[in-house]
Amino acid sequence: MENLLQFFNSQLIMIYLLIFTIILGFEVISKVPTVLHTPLMSGANAISGVVIIGAILLIRQAPADDFVTLGLGTVAVVLGMVNVVGGFAVTDRMLEMFKKKKKS
Amino acid sequence: MYIDALINLSYLVGAVAFVWGLRLLSSPDSARRGNILAAIGMGIAIVATFIKPIAGGDNNYIWIIGGMILGAIVGWLAAKRIKMTAMPEMVSVFNGLGGACAVFLAIAELYKYYDGQMVLDASGRGIALFTLLIGGVAFTGSMLAFGKLAGKIKDKHVILPKHSIINIILLITVLVLAVLLVIQGKSSGFGTILIFLLISLVYGFSFVAPIGGADMPVVISLLNSFTGLSAAAAGLIYNNQIMLIGGILVGAAGTILTILMCQAMNRSLGNVIIGGFGSAGGSSSVDTGDQVVRQATPNDAAIQLFYANSVMFVPGYGLAVAQAQKVVKELDDMLEANGVDVKYAIHPVAGRMPGHMNVLLAEADVPYPKLLDLEDANSALPDTDAVVIVGANDVVNPAALDDPGSPIYGMPVLEVWKAKNTIVLKRSMSPGYAGIQNPLFFKENNRMLFGDAKDSLQKIVGEVKSM
Repeated sequence: MENLLQFFNSQLIMIYLLIFTIILGFEVISKVPTVLHTPLMSGANAISGVVIIGAILLIRQAPADDFVTLGLGTVAVVLGMVNVVGGFAVTDRMLEMFKKKKKS
Repeated sequence: MYIDALINLSYLVGAVAFVWGLRLLSSPDSARRGNILAAIGMGIAIVATFIKPIAGGDNNYIWIIGGMILGAIVGWLAAKRIKMTAMPEMVSVFNGLGGACAVFLAIAELYKYYDGQMVLDASGRGIALFTLLIGGVAFTGSMLAFGKLAGKIKDKHVILPKHSIINIILLITVLVLAVLLVIQGKSSGFGTILIFLLISLVYGFSFVAPIGGADMPVVISLLNSFTGLSAAAAGLIYNNQIMLIGGILVGAAGTILTILMCQAMNRSLGNVIIGGFGSAGGSSSVDTGDQVVRQATPNDAAIQLFYANSVMFVPGYGLAVAQAQKVVKELDDMLEANGVDVKYAIHPVAGRMPGHMNVLLAEADVPYPKLLDLEDANSALPDTDAVVIVGANDVVNPAALDDPGSPIYGMPVLEVWKAKNTIVLKRSMSPGYAGIQNPLFFKENNRMLFGDAKDSLQKIVGEVKSM
């Protein structure tokens, strides 16, 4: 219990951020029309690749001879990068097709 | 000092770009800009992470750059080569990789803790274990979803007897183990972490196993939100705000889509997760014995469409399977040229992921204002002369409205039978993915045109040409 309270006090800003981002996320996204459900999902998916930042930090913090961390971190970087680049590229490809055409 | 401020500012700009990008993604006109904006935000955040001053460590840039180049090439090629009909598979794979990435981070951090290189308090251990669990579930769950969507794994191969009980036991085991690991700290040993990871991975697989067919859009949305949460939890490990914000936004997007998909099927999330949509079929009491199905030839269909004032297409998963979207557009163009008003009715759960049909029709150059959602389509249907149902079944089943015994009773459907005529393009009389008989096929104003959807449409196009 004491641990939990200590966590709450020390991480207060992160907890505020967490809660307000949840509210913001629901507000921003709840208006998305059916037409855009797939691009929203794949675009959001690309954003979840933000986890790659953790992987970069992990590798940078490691000593040059800590091959366990370097190995795990590099695999994480590859996976995260596939997620980021693939996700944004495929979303762009989809959205390129969503064009409004005038009736002739 | 200056460099710290610059890094923090970059993360702030990146986070705002994510939020604003998602906001722009909610309108078709600005969606593309929104996606690009979010991508720029990601680029800024990655560059900032490169130059961020950190205490200790040897930077090891070569490892990072090597990994990034490899990942970028793979991701780029996959994104450029994938067929639009296979989009649900692709999104599942990307999603699973995001989850796996979070798993590797959590494992590396926990390894450092057990190895004595780093101190991690109880809340830190709890967050790392949460990342491991949810990232692991997102990973194996997405991979199984990919296998199912690609047709490589059949539902019946992975469903065990009493599957929901097995899942509950697995979940309880993994949660109890997590509590023990948090309390015991280092004394439990790193091996226990690996066992925890293994059970998480098995649970992810087992969790998705009983969910199949028409429920796929729900499970993909749910897994998407899991990946977001795992990224957010990893953000807590590194005390990194942009990871937290990005992850939570994705979690929110996935959750909203999950809720929307459940509503579109009038089922609770719990009901979907327990599964059994397909296996519950057959309880419906539709007796098909003495009912007559009226068949149409491509010529009949062509005449009906050609002389109609208004035509509505109802696409379903069958359209994706038959790759028939371009032929539909061809037929649409010919009818439009003849003064027929052509629209498309899109059910929210048509296809295998949210918005699947919209993407396919967009690929075939159908302008999106012609696509009607459930409500608009239902109010337009009574004034429509002919409806062409291409590879859809459950979403046009009248039993959802008038047969309380039907497994899909209560699900909002497209009321196509209110139109003057309907034509169903279908391979055979076999019931749809959910295994439910469709009384629409026996209605007096319905005609069946059997065969491959693309093939049938091409024949209709040929007949219309000769008129």
